[in-house]
Amino acid sequence: MVLQELASRLQNDFSAALVRTVEWRGELSVTVMRDRLHEIAQFLRNDPAMDFDYIVHVSSVDWPDDEERFEVVYELYSIRKRHQIRLKTRVPESDCVVDSLTDLWKGADFMEREVYDMMGIRFRNHPDLRRILLPDDYTEGYPLRKDFPLRGKGWRDTFEFLDETAR
Amino acid sequence: MAFEDQRTTVYKIDPAHPESETLPTLRTEELLLNMGPQHPATHGVLKVILELEGERLVKSTPVLGYLHRGVEKLAEDGTYHQFIPHTDRLDYVCAMYNNFAYCRAVEKLMNITLPDRAEYLRTIVAEVQRIVGHQFWLGTQALDIGAMTVFFYCFRDREILMDWFDELCGARLTTSWYRIGGVERDFTPSLLDKLKQFLDYFPPKIDEYQVFLETNRIWVGRTKGVAIISAEDAVSFGLSGPTLRGSGVDYDLRKAQPYSAYPKCEFSVPLGKNGDTYDRYWIRVLELYESVKIIRQCLEQMQDGPIMADVPSVTLPPKQRVFTNLESMIQQFKLFSQGFDAPPGEIYCGTEAHKGELGFYIVSTGGGKPYRLKIRAPSFIHMGAFDHMSRGYMISDAVTIFGTYDIVMGECDR
Amino acid sequence: MGLIQLGRHDKDGTSDIVTTTVEKAVNWARKGSLWPMTFGLACCAIEMIAAVSSRYDMDRYGAGVFRASPRQSDLMIVAGTVCRRMAPVIRKLYDQMPEPKYVIAMGSCATSGNIYDSYSVVQGVDRFVPVDIYVPGCPPTPEALFDGILKLQERIMLKRVFLKQPDQVKSSFKI
Repeated sequence: MVLQELASRLQNDFSAALVRTVEWRGELSVTVMRDRLHEIAQFLRNDPAMDFDYIVHVSSVDWPDDEERFEVVYELYSIRKRHQIRLKTRVPESDCVVDSLTDLWKGADFMEREVYDMMGIRFRNHPDLRRILLPDDYTEGYPLRKDFPLRGKGWRDTFEFLDETAR
Repeated sequence: MAFEDQRTTVYKIDPAHPESETLPTLRTEELLLNMGPQHPATHGVLKVILELEGERLVKSTPVLGYLHRGVEKLAEDGTYHQFIPHTDRLDYVCAMYNNFAYCRAVEKLMNITLPDRAEYLRTIVAEVQRIVGHQFWLGTQALDIGAMTVFFYCFRDREILMDWFDELCGARLTTSWYRIGGVERDFTPSLLDKLKQFLDYFPPKIDEYQVFLETNRIWVGRTKGVAIISAEDAVSFGLSGPTLRGSGVDYDLRKAQPYSAYPKCEFSVPLGKNGDTYDRYWIRVLELYESVKIIRQCLEQMQDGPIMADVPSVTLPPKQRVFTNLESMIQQFKLFSQGFDAPPGEIYCGTEAHKGELGFYIVSTGGGKPYRLKIRAPSFIHMGAFDHMSRGYMISDAVTIFGTYDIVMGECDR
Repeated sequence: MGLIQLGRHDKDGTSDIVTTTVEKAVNWARKGSLWPMTFGLACCAIEMIAAVSSRYDMDRYGAGVFRASPRQSDLMIVAGTVCRRMAPVIRKLYDQMPEPKYVIAMGSCATSGNIYDSYSVVQGVDRFVPVDIYVPGCPPTPEALFDGILKLQERIMLKRVFLKQPDQVKSSFKI
């Protein structure tokens, strides 16, 4: 399905939820309202003409200057129809919760955990939301936020486990 | 005759009424077994907490992050050119394919097209890397299951290619030969000869590996019917590469979204039927034959020409000119210190690495440094399906399942 | 009449010919049968595996028997990037190894952190584990790893076994 047809289908069915549609370098990005995300994702998966059965990745971007600071990005692909779409939504820092899409695509499980680990965005209805790449008791924050320093906050120089072995 | 004393009790069961036997009920509980992070069979530093009932796996929880180096955050700190060595160390078994995937993504962002010879060179080396990666996989999978001879044979042949890479770009393992806009240097005649010799030498060697494994009862018994995943589940989990094609789903990015010199080559994509370990092994071995075919066709079709796109604001000048010509030196300095000016926007570009779909999602707000760079690593996503794939199998199958996924922790943890 | 001290000269307390010969024999046995622990973390592990394979055969130095358990090994080759989550594990395994034990930091990541100056990479394994030999490279070729192992063997030959190690060890490395 050609990108314009995809965009116009979404425009017709969900015009109230669509915030922005961008087509660049042959790719289609659609920004939607946060509370309609799950509904639109379900439509994209179940509709026979859309048929997005493959979740490519889930990512997040931090725009600290905007009021809705975090952007959650879902990239979806259809193996049978061979078209791709990028579904995005914005989340403010004060209430950074988004609906989880693990009930639609099982692969979203680990990917959403990584987004939580790196950016701090929580996912409602996620089966097991905890840190995945950093230890469970990491208290310094969320590394991929723009206000987190590259070299960390001193954690990499503390070796408290050495005191235990010295005894 | 049973030996009876104070300590031994003989339990007698009446064969006519077995249900009335008076055995005391045995207390059973699940065992939590920790496998890794330092373990000879986990491919890298990976911890898996296995819940066992007897010898059966009830649930397995992978614990990742033992090799988390913060590569995505480091990308925001340097220019696009400076990130190329970082990509080498992601999937360090076939390093240049990561370079390839990254360079393709940046070229898509900058809208650069490459000259033909550069595309052919890239494809040839990418397929040689695929051979290297699959040989490593086959050697370690065979070693884990117990076929040590195949391990030594695969590594013997791998060493020939390591020497070839050494001659090509100076490094055996973490090469950084690809550049944004082309490749760093051209093939020498000696490299071409060696490659042609290898292409004649190698297919009989694949047959040699097959002699050990193809109909070996132990191999078949340990891989057939193990870690079965259905096509629907595989697609839902986001699996890709041979792991997905083992279940019969025909999705290969080289055919679905053709890139580089692949549209000009004729090759087939092997597909499995049952979705078990044996099918995935078979697919990877057939891909070795296909890679040899692709390299032969590229060598025939390749013509002379430039190896780098002619976009001076983005691509690096040839090294010989940098040390003799002032403008080239200034261009090199500027490109590495400030970077080129990328247009604001975002792209995603996926490439068929030998493990699966390796993709880069780059968000740019202009300037020389990426604003956000996300690496879509196939190993990380395959770990998401590990629990599903391993339920109900024996604990000794856990080692087979690690191997069939072909996980590399550098890519998984980034 | 003082007690006769075996193994030492009466006058200056240095070791006599019996002790030095036995020391040499013990050191020769130790250096000729270094059993490494399988500790590949990242890319350097691939070169370590290549060093064990048939082309660069590490077994001819006696160091080819890779033990999975730290209790049975005496050499820990830290090959790869040491991340913050892995550091306590490395320290625990180091503590579990019996004496005499040696550590080789293989690769630039284990030596100093390499290009990963980020929030979760320890800048060198020598921050919490004493290292005997540093092998630089990214990754070092198997021949460089052998160079490191041979230098470690020379160091082992110089160690005292029965008496206290003098403060300055005279080295006879031929460069």
